[in-house]
Amino acid sequence: MPQITAIDNLTPNNTQLQDLVHSMLAEARTQGASAAEVGVSIETGLSVNVRLGEVETLEYNRDKGLGVTVYFGQRKGSANTSDFTPEAMRETVRAACGIAKYTAADEYSGLADAQLMARDIPDLDLCHPWGINAEQAIELASECEGVARSMDTRITNSEGASVSSHEGYRVYGNSHGFIGAYPSTRHSLSCAVIGGEGESMQRDYWFSVARNSADLDSATEVGRRAAERTLRRLNGQRLSTRQSPVIFSAEVATGLLSHFISAIRGGALYRKATFLLDHLGKPIFPDFVHIHEAPHIRKGLGSAPFDSEGVATCVRDIVSEGVLQSYVLDAYAARKLGMQTTGNAGGVHNLIIDSGKLDLKALLKHMDKGLLVTELMGMGINIVTGDYSRGAAGFWVEHGEIQYPVEEITIAGNLRDIFMSIIDVGTDIERRGSIHTGSILVREMTIAGE
Amino acid sequence: MNTSLDIARQLILTPSGLAEKDLHNVLEQVLSHAVDSADLYFQNTHFESWSLEDGIVKEGSYSIDRGVGVRAISGEKTGFAYSDDIALPALTQAAHAARAIARSSGQGRVNVRPGIQGRELYLSVNPLQTLAEQDKVSLLESLDAEARKQDPRVKQVMVSLAGSYDVVMVVGSDGTLAADMRPLVRLNVSVIVEHNGRREQGSSGGGGRVGYDYFLQNDRGLGYAHEAVRQALVNLDARNAPAGTMQVVLGPGWPGILLHEAIGHGLEGDFNRKGTSAFAGRVGEKVASEHCTVVDDGTLDSRRGSLNIDDEGTPTQCTVLIENGILKGYMQDKMNAQLMGVAPTGNGRRESYAHLPMPRMTNTYMLAGKHDPQEIIASVKNGLYAVNFGGGQVDITSGKFVFSASEAYMIENGKITYPVKGATLIGNGPDVLTRVAMVGNDLKLDTGVGTCGKDGQSVPVGVGQPTLRIDGLTVGGTSA
Repeated sequence: MPQITAIDNLTPNNTQLQDLVHSMLAEARTQGASAAEVGVSIETGLSVNVRLGEVETLEYNRDKGLGVTVYFGQRKGSANTSDFTPEAMRETVRAACGIAKYTAADEYSGLADAQLMARDIPDLDLCHPWGINAEQAIELASECEGVARSMDTRITNSEGASVSSHEGYRVYGNSHGFIGAYPSTRHSLSCAVIGGEGESMQRDYWFSVARNSADLDSATEVGRRAAERTLRRLNGQRLSTRQSPVIFSAEVATGLLSHFISAIRGGALYRKATFLLDHLGKPIFPDFVHIHEAPHIRKGLGSAPFDSEGVATCVRDIVSEGVLQSYVLDAYAARKLGMQTTGNAGGVHNLIIDSGKLDLKALLKHMDKGLLVTELMGMGINIVTGDYSRGAAGFWVEHGEIQYPVEEITIAGNLRDIFMSIIDVGTDIERRGSIHTGSILVREMTIAGE
Repeated sequence: MNTSLDIARQLILTPSGLAEKDLHNVLEQVLSHAVDSADLYFQNTHFESWSLEDGIVKEGSYSIDRGVGVRAISGEKTGFAYSDDIALPALTQAAHAARAIARSSGQGRVNVRPGIQGRELYLSVNPLQTLAEQDKVSLLESLDAEARKQDPRVKQVMVSLAGSYDVVMVVGSDGTLAADMRPLVRLNVSVIVEHNGRREQGSSGGGGRVGYDYFLQNDRGLGYAHEAVRQALVNLDARNAPAGTMQVVLGPGWPGILLHEAIGHGLEGDFNRKGTSAFAGRVGEKVASEHCTVVDDGTLDSRRGSLNIDDEGTPTQCTVLIENGILKGYMQDKMNAQLMGVAPTGNGRRESYAHLPMPRMTNTYMLAGKHDPQEIIASVKNGLYAVNFGGGQVDITSGKFVFSASEAYMIENGKITYPVKGATLIGNGPDVLTRVAMVGNDLKLDTGVGTCGKDGQSVPVGVGQPTLRIDGLTVGGTSA
């Protein structure tokens, strides 16, 4: 491979970005806004995919964006641009102000309260540039795919292995005088391979993602797990329609918790569009369940020192002893509900459900007979009613042991019942996103099949 | 009248001081490495959205995004870089990054041909300018009022309006020179209804490659408000959905998402070239019952999934995917067509200049059959009638697909008896169309709401179908 030049000299530096936020806020004031907020982000990156031992794609990413929201009293308007020239900046503020002429005054609109702004920005150790070049990335991806493909002769094809590395910088400022900025990195290694032939083909994958490349699983580990996951799915069967206990393996159990968050989010609450309306202080889970948010985990993939309104993030309980302690609110929803923001503008930052004592193997023993779900498909979740129905694949378990792979089935229930009938949370914790959970055993769901 | 190319030149090249010879120079620099072909994709997009809730228009936003993507192809390898700065230095730098996919000893030549004039399937208007700001606000307010006056059980109404105007220009080393002006609008109404402590939602909407006046014609916008309320009220009476495999009748229009998931993705050229699709190597085989003819048609007037040219400059076409049950062909972009030795079908699409093109659907639908829809329902002894859906998903390798009903009814002894709650339907793509026993004479396309995701890229698409009876699809309810 030839030498590759990285594109970086067109990227503004971090001081320039902070200056840009200040000048945008000043421009908004000049154009008559009573308050304003500006967010800027830049990201550069590299990603490669190697398939069947050959480079398939080599992509250089370089993104930048700026968003401004202006307030004229209680009226609001927003605009975005990727053009950082002074003329475009002025135009963007003008566009936002133009919109605010037509939106209605909303007594709940506005910046988050000044006293809630993050006072100091803790260093969460989120930035670890990898410095990998295209050649090295290709080599690593090749190694990973090679391991997966040579695991077993039943691995017949591949979608390839990918390596990506991204580095970004985010700045947020508003007319309270708050300005906060932090850099972050995100690196990943993934592999997807295919087993079997013709109509009995199966595909599965595995990935590792981290702030620091040193924390990534090895190419061998990622390749091995990708191949194992594909192989164990071969010759899947269907199940007859039945009621059964279900274990959501950790990587899909995160979905259950994200539905929980959707149901206690401010927007869903003030619209009365959630099955968990008015549940503060009420039991939602069995009493052993404890869920908290930990936004300051060093190198955490969901970590953030402040939310997207500049509000300081902090550790807090969301569920303790099964009882809902706190909602997930931004400033607007909080005002609508007569409450205070929880620093969740933009989402949750590392949501953690405490594990019990059993690992997945022990959890299977505990279930004895039932379904282990390892893949979910489709969007059959209704947050208004809690109704849940999704396509699933996984394994049928008897005597605490996996018997055979199953596919083309659905699992269904109501989230209210599913949450309340959680029996245990495993120690096999998934940490590759902003929700951390072990595998979750649920007493009973409806499986639809043949 | 200005051609698309003239407009694109004025809007994209002129302000940057770029001339076409500069673009050819850039392409030549890419071809100085051992690449087979290269292209430049310029894009300038204006986007706006407005949203209403609690009876007032609370939010509006506006954005401009512009940039250029440079792609170099060498066999099965692709090098790609992009810039949001349309200027020669940035373009040159991106070109040097993209060509690194191949060794530095190429001698490819850039072909220069006169630009092609694509189809004119839609007006080249900027939809954002088709209605005054105050009238956009009034439109949202009128739909809110309309929804609320339908029924006192309507407790919450959310209305959103979005429009974009996308100008693209493609310049390729194969001589491609083409441009397209793409308007796209979308209006959506969702409601929450409440009765005796039970809450349900309904939503409806539509749009296409038209101006905002489309929503005022024939009271279309008001129609969305009526439909959203109707669906929500139906769901107030819904009982638990059945669980198990049964006969399923799918209504016309949007339930065509079945075709998109069950077979559409599996017939995209990239998966078939790589042999990763459950349909790979099956052209000429019977993959559906003889009642089924399915096409992907990018040439329908003003539809959401239509394009004058695809994102590689190939004019779109109507591609027959399945004819009377026999698999006829795949949807192709240039690269996969070349590697498979077939012609491109105008399905090379990308989310933006910052994404690589790949084979994607446009408007995918099944042609009408001969049965009266009433006759189809009457033929079912015990089954499900599903008329509205949320999203779907497919595993193209195993062929398993799902799609989630948001409005469905039980059919008992040939009659629709009561509504049931939404449930996910699951099936096997290569198998499901072989179970199509009856096809209605009521072909309908969706109202213009579909967005398809693949490899993290979203593009607008259309679907459609007549009423269909499928003998054996698994319904994922809770009532055994």
